[in-house]
Amino acid sequence: MKAMRDAWGDKLVELGTNNPRTVVLDGDLANSTKADKFAKAHPDRFFQMGIAEQNLIGAAAGLASLGYVPWTSSFTVFFTHRAIDPIRMLVAQSHANVKIVGSYSGLLIGAVGKTHLDIQDLAIMRAMPDMTVLAPADNTELLAMMDWANDVEVPVYLRIVRDAVRDVVQPGYTFAKGAVLELRHGTDVVLVGTGAQTGRLLDVHDQLAKAGISAAVVHVPCLKPVDTEGLTRLLAGHELVVTAEEHSVYGGLGGLVAEALTSAGPAPRIERIGIEDTWGESAPNDFMLDKHGLSAERITARVTATLGARVAS
Amino acid sequence: MTTDVHTEQPDLPRLAQQARWEVIKTVTNSKAGHIGGPLSMMDLLISLYFKELNIRPQEPHWPDRDRFILSKGHAAIGLYAVLALRGFLPLDELPTFDKGDSRLQGHPDATRLPGLDASTGSLGQGLSVGVGMALGAQLGEREFHTWVLLGDGEIQEGMVWEAVQAPSRYKLANLTAIVDRNDLQQFGLPSSYETTRTDRGDRRDPWFGVDLAAVFQAFGWRVVEIDGHDYDQIAHAYRLARAGDVASRPTVIIAHTVKGRGLSLAEGVHTWHSIVPSADDFERARQELDPQEIELLDEHDRGQPNRRQHRNPLTPQNGASA
Repeated sequence: MKAMRDAWGDKLVELGTNNPRTVVLDGDLANSTKADKFAKAHPDRFFQMGIAEQNLIGAAAGLASLGYVPWTSSFTVFFTHRAIDPIRMLVAQSHANVKIVGSYSGLLIGAVGKTHLDIQDLAIMRAMPDMTVLAPADNTELLAMMDWANDVEVPVYLRIVRDAVRDVVQPGYTFAKGAVLELRHGTDVVLVGTGAQTGRLLDVHDQLAKAGISAAVVHVPCLKPVDTEGLTRLLAGHELVVTAEEHSVYGGLGGLVAEALTSAGPAPRIERIGIEDTWGESAPNDFMLDKHGLSAERITARVTATLGARVAS
Repeated sequence: MTTDVHTEQPDLPRLAQQARWEVIKTVTNSKAGHIGGPLSMMDLLISLYFKELNIRPQEPHWPDRDRFILSKGHAAIGLYAVLALRGFLPLDELPTFDKGDSRLQGHPDATRLPGLDASTGSLGQGLSVGVGMALGAQLGEREFHTWVLLGDGEIQEGMVWEAVQAPSRYKLANLTAIVDRNDLQQFGLPSSYETTRTDRGDRRDPWFGVDLAAVFQAFGWRVVEIDGHDYDQIAHAYRLARAGDVASRPTVIIAHTVKGRGLSLAEGVHTWHSIVPSADDFERARQELDPQEIELLDEHDRGQPNRRQHRNPLTPQNGASA
């Protein structure tokens, strides 16, 4: 299977071939993010901005004002933390047509620890007016999102992961802004995921089925804007809603679901699984998923326990 | 009014005097805004807008226009006064400055006002946008020049020095930074807790003990150092900057200015950075800037106001030539 970053790099090359306005600005991480593929294919439209992410974002806004479509290359954390003020003023508030691509998002970024693990990006970007926030579940969805982003002249934040992830959406998938997808139907519990975590929720669905528990799985690929009514419709009938994300439990997918459901009247119980109020650390990917309760096994156990406790009471 | 200002001889000192008076009037009326910075940069700005920039007030989004970014966005009212005199907006709109729903925001908002090429006000960001515009012009083989005006306090921001690195790497001779070197910032290093008229010296200088020209030079910029109130020196520096140099270096014009220039009360006094003039101060300004005479400026000098619908210049509608 192709790593998501490779899928991104290959698609960038294709966009660059088909759309001469495509430009890429790198913060000296192209050989990690795989923007180096674009650098090789379209060297004139690849700008090495050095380890200077604030200037990278400002220059991208300047290029966008001339009609170019800039895609940025660095790790998530260096955009949503280091360069957040230029993103806020020069991209979002200015409505600049910049595609901010945060690579190496979430927990599974190869033992780099607290500095590089960005567990707040969704909360920050969701609170940003005029920003579209995307987190694809797999490579197919990523490519569809990139096609969409290439066609619309709005600021986009695209959160992608480093490695290969399991397939989630069907071939031929078309991305629709704000849409919420029900991937599995179920009656006992509904599992809500975003980004690569959604794939693990499909595994949870299968494990729960073996234990006789019927779980629905809902995927939220676009955290802003989001079809709140559609989301509420899919979730409101359930007694138990479980959200799971490689992100802080504050302000990301869990926050989004809680905001939507509690605004719509009496809400079901919502369990938010994610990073509790703590920092990242250097560790193997499996260790991180297990420690923060995001592995399929841990979620299965937690849902089983909650439902069991419910039956017992 | 045609766009070819180079063949006309606008009365720059008179225009600058009127613009300074508009700044004082507007800030006094709105009870908000900045004075010291708008006044220090005024001769630089008037020279740009009435002699140097290739712009069309009736067509503010003209794709081949020169780009101008006021990176020291808190000096917005100074830019609005110049834009109004140049015909980008009606002079009688200036009183809406800082009011609700106004196009004239406290810090420039390019999504609201035609004639602005970037939204600024968070200090240190403008040069980066200029770098992107210059890169894009180079990539698309377009002729326009990009100008960015920065404050000498503002360039304490780290992002400026990220931006300073890039142009020499990409040989952006089509980019010019102008530093309004008025030697003061909002507060600075206090030399004493008493504010005095002579308090503009060494210890409040944002770059005390630093040779700014040498710093820019070391980063690969061509440096032109001028008196920012001398129109001949300003014009000469602008011509040099646009012409570029054999090494295709970007140009920085370090323009030595006096903060609050034109109003004796304010000159060189850091507390006039942001202040609402008292009734007495306002009367003094009226006497010094003599509005009765300068308000006789005719339409030919001022240009016609542009009241058309605004489009956001930061969303792409100009079409890249790539």
